[in-house]
Amino acid sequence: MTALRAWLLPHRIVMIGLFAALVLWCAFALRWDWIPKYAPLALEGIWRTIWLLVVTTVLGFLLAIPLGLAQAVGPWYLATPARVFCTVIRGTPLLLQIWLLYYGLGSLFPQYPWIRESELWPYLRQAWPYAVLALTLSYAGYEGEVMRGAFASVARGQIEAAQAFGMPRFTMFRRIWLPQAIQTALPTLGGETVLQLKATPLVATIAIVEIYAVASRVRQDTFIVYEPLLLLAVVYLVIAGLLALGFRKLEARVPVKGH
Amino acid sequence: MMDLATAHPAQSAIATADEAIRVENLHKSFGHLEVLKGVSLTARRGDVVAIIGGSGSGKSTCLRCINFLETPTSGRIVIGGEEIAMRADGTPASRKQLERVRSRLGMVFQAFNLWTHRTLLENVIEVPVHVLGVSKAEAAERAMVLLDRVGLADKAATYPAFLSGGQQQRAAIARALAIDPSAMLFDEPTSALDPELVGEVLTVIRDLAAEGRTMLLVTHEMKFAREVADHVIYFANGRIEEEGPPDQVFGAPRSERLKQFLKSVS
Repeated sequence: MTALRAWLLPHRIVMIGLFAALVLWCAFALRWDWIPKYAPLALEGIWRTIWLLVVTTVLGFLLAIPLGLAQAVGPWYLATPARVFCTVIRGTPLLLQIWLLYYGLGSLFPQYPWIRESELWPYLRQAWPYAVLALTLSYAGYEGEVMRGAFASVARGQIEAAQAFGMPRFTMFRRIWLPQAIQTALPTLGGETVLQLKATPLVATIAIVEIYAVASRVRQDTFIVYEPLLLLAVVYLVIAGLLALGFRKLEARVPVKGH
Repeated sequence: MMDLATAHPAQSAIATADEAIRVENLHKSFGHLEVLKGVSLTARRGDVVAIIGGSGSGKSTCLRCINFLETPTSGRIVIGGEEIAMRADGTPASRKQLERVRSRLGMVFQAFNLWTHRTLLENVIEVPVHVLGVSKAEAAERAMVLLDRVGLADKAATYPAFLSGGQQQRAAIARALAIDPSAMLFDEPTSALDPELVGEVLTVIRDLAAEGRTMLLVTHEMKFAREVADHVIYFANGRIEEEGPPDQVFGAPRSERLKQFLKSVS
């Protein structure tokens, strides 16, 4: 009841009305007749966007763990390369990284017959391995830095308690250190994953037809500019919202005092 | 009771079976600062040994050297007749052996150090399940008995952050008991507690002393030490300045330093 009443405040009613009017205007004044024709392609594009996001964040995070660990507690010969990698990745545009990998590696590989004749060649001729590699390395670079801080922030006493009870090093890492570091990093990781989602359209530049490329295709075919872009914004908003929701669920698994 | 182990190699070789902890000629330096200057002590099974002394006297460092949370500079540590193998620089020679020995010593920290991302029950079963290989069901059953014993059965599903310091420390004692330790190491277990919470923790420790647990207890609670300990050791400047039965150490101190110390803390 109180929840309903909260919505009935005058300024809220006005805002809701304005929003409804905007949606209705969009629905009736703009052109949406292209949707049925492009729906299958759009669904495929959405699927590709989500697939790219999931695969590159998972692989990137798996890389970020050793990168963070090496920087936090590793010997110099591991810490220095890890720091250089993170600095280079974070200091150059992702678009440049994608192009360097795709055009650079992509033109280097065919020069070697043993690569051209290998089982992997059918894949290496396509664009998506380079897209996955570039997005993975990018996420690893940023999250390696986040995990460095997270590993370093785990209280000394937490690790000492594990040592004092004779916990083997890997068990201690898996059961105590890593979970606590991830818990610390989760709010940041959630935000970074949304950034990763919004970085995926860059792979459209190497001819991967994810959802942004579908919107471009519609524009080229039909000369309709704004409607596909509006719908595209809604699609990204929905995925970002789902990500935020998922991360909030993950964070809530260990309750924090005062929440 | 307790005997001062004189560090003659011939004598130390005859480690009697009822010795729980033996420390011989322990040295520890942090850089140029020598914190322990040759400490020897022995705790037999069932002994409650209280270690007292001013801050910076080396008493906590000594306790932490026993399970190698601090790496000794030199000396010998023998736990239940098994000497922890050391390299020349004091680092443990065998990680496997050290882990095995550590898993028999129940440590209780000043700052509790419960694992914050796990509930009390999960904290108590963590080491039995993931170090000692006990089945989860069996460990959980035993953990509930232990939590009940320290008065926290109703908090089994609670995370440490939601508990008072006294409750956390009692849970930490349950965690240490869960490994069925051959000896327990208490590192100033009540120093981080609000005064009104000290009593509940001391009550639990008193119970453990009464049931004949071997305990090494670094503490600032003089009254408590006098009450529960079989043997009291006074540390000053990285050495054992004086030791003996509690009535003697507290009632008739011989050294000038100990007299001063007791006057300052009473």
